[in-house]
Amino acid sequence: MLRKLLIGTALASGLAFAAHAEDVKEVQMLHWWTSGGEAAALNVLKGDLAKEGYAWKDVPVAGGGGDAAMTALKAMVAAGNYPTASQMLGYTVLDYAAAGVMGDLTETAKKEGWDKSVPAALQKFSVYEGKWVAAPVNVHSVNWLWINKAVMDKIGGTEPKTFDDFVALLDKAKAAGVIPLALGGQNWQEATMFDSVVLSTGGPEFYKKAFNDLDDASLKSDTMKKSFDNLAKLVTYVDPNFSGRDWNLATAMVIKGDALVQVMGDWAKGEFHAANKTPGTDFLCYRFPGTDGSVIYNSDMFGMFNVPDDRKAAQVALATATLSKSFQSAFNVVKGSVPARTDVPDTDFDACGKKGIADLKAANDGGTLFGSLAQGYGAPPAVANAYKDVVSKFVHGQIKTSDEAVTELVKAIDDAK
Amino acid sequence: MSTVATSQIKLTPERHHASVRSRLQDALPKIVLAPSFAITIVFVYGFILWTIYLSFTNSKTFPSYVITGSRAYQRLWGWTFDTDPPSSWYTSITNMGIFGFLYIFICLALGLFLAILLDQKIRGEGVLRPIYLYPMALSFIVTGVAWKWFLDPGLGLEQTLHQWGWTSFHFDWIKNKDFVIYTVVIAGVWQASGFIMAMFLAGLRGIDGEIMKAAQIDGATTFQLYRRIVIPLLRPIFLSAFIVLAHLAIKSYDLVVALTSGGPGGSAWLPSNFMYEYTFKRNEMAVGSASAVIMLMTIVAIIVPYLYSELREKPR
Repeated sequence: MLRKLLIGTALASGLAFAAHAEDVKEVQMLHWWTSGGEAAALNVLKGDLAKEGYAWKDVPVAGGGGDAAMTALKAMVAAGNYPTASQMLGYTVLDYAAAGVMGDLTETAKKEGWDKSVPAALQKFSVYEGKWVAAPVNVHSVNWLWINKAVMDKIGGTEPKTFDDFVALLDKAKAAGVIPLALGGQNWQEATMFDSVVLSTGGPEFYKKAFNDLDDASLKSDTMKKSFDNLAKLVTYVDPNFSGRDWNLATAMVIKGDALVQVMGDWAKGEFHAANKTPGTDFLCYRFPGTDGSVIYNSDMFGMFNVPDDRKAAQVALATATLSKSFQSAFNVVKGSVPARTDVPDTDFDACGKKGIADLKAANDGGTLFGSLAQGYGAPPAVANAYKDVVSKFVHGQIKTSDEAVTELVKAIDDAK
Repeated sequence: MSTVATSQIKLTPERHHASVRSRLQDALPKIVLAPSFAITIVFVYGFILWTIYLSFTNSKTFPSYVITGSRAYQRLWGWTFDTDPPSSWYTSITNMGIFGFLYIFICLALGLFLAILLDQKIRGEGVLRPIYLYPMALSFIVTGVAWKWFLDPGLGLEQTLHQWGWTSFHFDWIKNKDFVIYTVVIAGVWQASGFIMAMFLAGLRGIDGEIMKAAQIDGATTFQLYRRIVIPLLRPIFLSAFIVLAHLAIKSYDLVVALTSGGPGGSAWLPSNFMYEYTFKRNEMAVGSASAVIMLMTIVAIIVPYLYSELREKPR
């Protein structure tokens, strides 16, 4: 009897061992980093995983963009067919976690010390009810100015420190016959710029209250009205054809010297690099005037799904590789963003990257690291899109005054909450 | 008694055999049609019902199956009267009205006009016909992108004319929130009018030449000929063309996206854009479903009376 039990146990453990040995050595990945620099950046991760013996399998997405990928993901999850991981943004991770389809990487997180190295603001999105459900890949920040240095020298401009400086600089460019501000008139670009305007006009406390806490009084306040006035002021400096322009075309205007400056997230740097431009000599990166010391961020995350047991090892390998210091450095150097952990050395980064890393660390320590509302890190998508609607309608004239804009903003956010 | 019974028993298998075959023959079309019928039932009507169901729930990112009432419809109803500043829904439905009316009307008028011209036994018809028909072979995305470049003031028509010296020329509808929907009409008409022309041309060729000759002998002018005889005879073509155009108009989502990416401040949205935005981007599935149901109701309200009146008069 005892012998039988022992044999049984041995067999069972042998089976378990066999099952363990048959782990699927493959990572199924849903993402939309298919072009140029982004694809090159991702190849670093593929290489790292290949060294550990894991094959990389892209989940095909028709159409390519993030929207198409999210629609595909929704269908996959509804069919119970989870990928190992998916590129995800902000509240999407939390939505899926609330639906109970995300995995649990808490053990790995503890072992790797993510709690300490990943900024607390990011953990709001990668940790759900105490469980790690996503691995942040990078931190983008949106409150940047990208300036063509040749044009800047020609008009004799200096770094603007306040909003009024900025307006004066734009006036100089206008007088010199250059398009002062390169803007793509799509709602997310306008709203991304407005994020910075609000931070500059109202300061860090105000931004947090209005755009992260959605505090009614702040949204209704005169400061918000002033922010809309400032936005209206900036819009007077764009060229007449800005409506509908893609962001990278606006960046190209700055690269070519047709325009002086673009307000855009640090992914714009990738365009400068692709055109073989060097920070400091060809282009300049400054924080949006009046926002130095604060960082409005968004972040790409790899959401980790609740995959079958035989795929868990591959998932852990993916998550570990994603947050390894070497990958964080290599990837973000190419992508233009900064590492999602604050303890990665900045030696390989260019001047803008170094500043970005230092700013992120300072903002994390000082509590001035805020989610971008336009990029879906300030509030859930329904609210974020309602916000983009209002900003865009204001920029294009459906909403005529800043008073009306404030009323509409409060109404739209209330309605979407 | 017993003999009768046996003969009956003998007969039955043969009869049975025959009836199986004839039944099979009777049933064959049904069997062949069954899969597509089942697919239509599930994927068209089933999902229509599912969408109606979802519109009464509080579905957000994922479908939720708890009925919570008509809040989605109440929100849409509220937005319908938000005219200043226009709500996205108000913009969508007014655009649908403008686009739908102009698109269908201009396509029908232009298609008929071109068809009548081509029907004048001109030389080179074989070349001209495919030239007009060709745009229909393009997808909305291609049409949209090509027209986007053509209408862009910094790239296309305006820029070219400026370079040729006509510097006062000004055409920036595609960048103008009040006129952007008309550029969608232009691109849409360009694409579909050739196809409508082909439909009318087929209709014109089907008209009995005797009637025309009789009318000419009676002294009818060309205008009277078309006004009184040809156009009334083309009535079935009008019905087909109208149905083709109406469904193209209502489903044109891709044209708006490719041509205008939504227009300045979302001013080029159609209800289909609204539905996609709310369902998939804003995670407000209930509102998206409600808007889809309203679109369906609108189509039903327009098409059903039209079909009814047209098809009822047929037997006359």
